[in-house]
Amino acid sequence: MKASPRKFIGSMVLAVAALGTAAPQAAAQPSSQPPSERQVRAWAATCAACHNTDGRSIGGFPALAGRNADDTYRALMEFQSGKRPATIMHQHARGYTSDELRRIADWFANVKPAR
Amino acid sequence: MSIDRRKFLTAGAAGAGLALAGCASTPSRPLARVVVIGGGYGGATAAKYLRLWEPRLDVTLVERNEAFVSCPISNLVLAGAEKIENLTVRYDGLRKYGVRVVRDDATAIDYDKRVVRLARGDALPWDRLIVAPGIDFLYDQVPGLGTAEAQSRVLHAWKAGPQTVALRRQLEAMPDGGVFAISIPRSPYRCPPGPYERASVVADYFRKSKPKSKLLVLDANSDIVSKPALFRGVWNERYKGIIEYRPNSELVEFDLKRNIARMQVEDVKADLFNIIPPQRAGMVATDLITVNRQWCGVEYLGFESSKIPGVHVIGDAIAPAPAMPKSGFMANNHAKVAADAVIAKLTGQPVNEDPIIANTCYSFLTTTEAVHVASVHKYDRQQKTLVVVKGSGGLSPGRTELEAQYAYAWARNIWADALG
Repeated sequence: MKASPRKFIGSMVLAVAALGTAAPQAAAQPSSQPPSERQVRAWAATCAACHNTDGRSIGGFPALAGRNADDTYRALMEFQSGKRPATIMHQHARGYTSDELRRIADWFANVKPAR
Repeated sequence: MSIDRRKFLTAGAAGAGLALAGCASTPSRPLARVVVIGGGYGGATAAKYLRLWEPRLDVTLVERNEAFVSCPISNLVLAGAEKIENLTVRYDGLRKYGVRVVRDDATAIDYDKRVVRLARGDALPWDRLIVAPGIDFLYDQVPGLGTAEAQSRVLHAWKAGPQTVALRRQLEAMPDGGVFAISIPRSPYRCPPGPYERASVVADYFRKSKPKSKLLVLDANSDIVSKPALFRGVWNERYKGIIEYRPNSELVEFDLKRNIARMQVEDVKADLFNIIPPQRAGMVATDLITVNRQWCGVEYLGFESSKIPGVHVIGDAIAPAPAMPKSGFMANNHAKVAADAVIAKLTGQPVNEDPIIANTCYSFLTTTEAVHVASVHKYDRQQKTLVVVKGSGGLSPGRTELEAQYAYAWARNIWADALG
């Protein structure tokens, strides 16, 4: 049901390493500490209002559960830049820093997809 | 993520004495008891996520109706393009998560004894309480509509259910060539674009089935409150000669005998009225109201009442943060922030300091085409509130059938997220 904490932490380490030189979007209040797993889970829960709980979409919108983290992150960044056509996702993606989007993408990658 | 074992045991011991043996999946010694009042978009989501994220909690949801009926999409029922049954979801899905669903009326909250009093059943004790009562109507501000008889004849249809079906019947019974008037209260009210969507899709019904009919929009506000250019666009084009918009038209009295709405500057006669009265937080939340004698003030890190600690308020009943609409999407998002904060408090963890929530409201401009408005809201530590992230959000460029499909996809997914 839930993302395994161990897997999650593992992917966080990778994510942080991968971010290395990526300049985060100007944040109003940069956090001094990386967000907790609970924090990222709560951010991802916002997506569930359209993509269903844990990203297990029941149709009409893409399922995010278990999706490759790099693919999700790339899609979100392309929504943000306007490179990827969208009706609404560009408007949502622009509300998040690249770091936040990376962490949300990682979170969904660790969810077991719907049966 | 792992919860400190000792803290857990301490908290568990405190709650264990009074704990009830819940469903099979609830441990016999729950961590704590959380009661959620109201099973709408906010309350149902909160109850589910409390159990999803912390299965050791004993969670009870109190709801007076047998099933959830969605306000979003319900304007299509008025237009004859949808059936109320398709917007109705039972609470069985929540039971699968171990939520105890009690069908009863929460009549009062005793904040000293920490119990919720019910109309029929035994009072429910809580260690933390989430209040999601939705709205009630301020009929005292509309002289002439104070009686039950008046309210059964002049409908609001602003809580989806029997009133929605009844107003559809009234619309069907109205003769072609009749005048239908919708009265909109001053903002803030539940669902900012809702009245204008209602005007649009009912006008679409008139256009096809009663082309000689007229629709008067009597708006207490000085302009269309949400998506003004999009609504004005379709009204001036497709519904030209059907919809007439009158801003600054606040209802001051209703004459039931003569079927006349008295506005500040004029009397308006119509064959059929739909009066959406001014609103306030649901009655059961009266003691939590802090703003304008209407809305419940909260802190936006965890939606805890600014008046009574240990009590969280979510959804349409709260005093909103800037540019935060009273919408089902928002209520669903409030619920998750509140559920996370309740779990944090009950397990001795810090409350998350960087909540990010979002909103999307789809509106149908015709029975088959829709538009949206969206925004992302982040907590600002200086202002201590949620503010719209600069550059985020926006509107549709115009109405499309694709967005009507998305509106339905959104509805089905959020119902599953809240109730399934």
